[in-house]
Amino acid sequence: MLDALNLKLLAELAEGLPICSRPYAIIGERLNINETEVIERLKQLQNTGLIKRFGVIVKHASIGYKANAMCVWQIPEAQIDKIAQQLVQFSFVTLCYQRPALPEWQYNLYCMIHGKDKKTVLNQLTLLNETCQLQLFNQQVLFSRRCFKQRGAVYSQN
Amino acid sequence: MVQLTDLQKKLLNDFQRNFPLTPQPYAEIATQLGVTEADVLQALQELNARQFISRIGAIIPPNQIGVSTLAAMAVPENELERVATQINQFNEVNHNYERENTLNLWFVIIANDTTHLENIIQSIEVKTGYDVLRFPLEKEFFIDLSFHLDLTNA
Repeated sequence: MLDALNLKLLAELAEGLPICSRPYAIIGERLNINETEVIERLKQLQNTGLIKRFGVIVKHASIGYKANAMCVWQIPEAQIDKIAQQLVQFSFVTLCYQRPALPEWQYNLYCMIHGKDKKTVLNQLTLLNETCQLQLFNQQVLFSRRCFKQRGAVYSQN
Repeated sequence: MVQLTDLQKKLLNDFQRNFPLTPQPYAEIATQLGVTEADVLQALQELNARQFISRIGAIIPPNQIGVSTLAAMAVPENELERVATQINQFNEVNHNYERENTLNLWFVIIANDTTHLENIIQSIEVKTGYDVLRFPLEKEFFIDLSFHLDLTNA
């Protein structure tokens, strides 16, 4: 399934689907395959779950969602799953991951909140902390300042 | 505020997933919305030009292809721009944000395999002169970057 052609196809898509009448035909021309094959391959990648979502990717910051917060907690290993399952019930939580704690950064549970302003996001974070009883755990909130880069992954083909 | 047309608001909110996989996807969207294909193309081109959308494309969960890691660095303010620019030069880096913390530069690296990933991290350390902390994904609880935008005042 992940043959070289699919990797090239995903690399083309990382630049964005062309905004023109027959975008899949344009991508096909670049890869020397026809429009139908491009569409069938994308359907297959979507059906197998490799493509989780295919569509418009919004730049939250320019659309008025200026506050992008990475929230991190230091949670005992045994409690992580249960807490994470609670966190993802909140619609404003868009990502939730466990990552390794390091000596210089002992947080292991991460989630992202996108909001219109810092105040809104901090209120949402308070709600998370109260509902899931996380007040007593070490935690930090890291708002984004500058975005230096945001684009689709480029997969090399060697 | 950002001044969007009703059509643009619908395009931003309703087509974040299940984008039509048909020969003329924009025409299909136009039919759904009761406008012309040209209207849809123009609206999307404008959203793109004004940088309201990153792209129309695919979201692939981490580590489905190759290996990736979140990485972070502590960089003095006056060095940040230089270091961020150097990191961006790596094709393997696809996100790079400044955040409010001593660890102030956070970026994502995607590589073919663990050796490649480690080589890239070491190259970044050598080139920038700062240590990279590695935070690879251990467990994913949720990823859904589609997101209902409240555009009532937009």
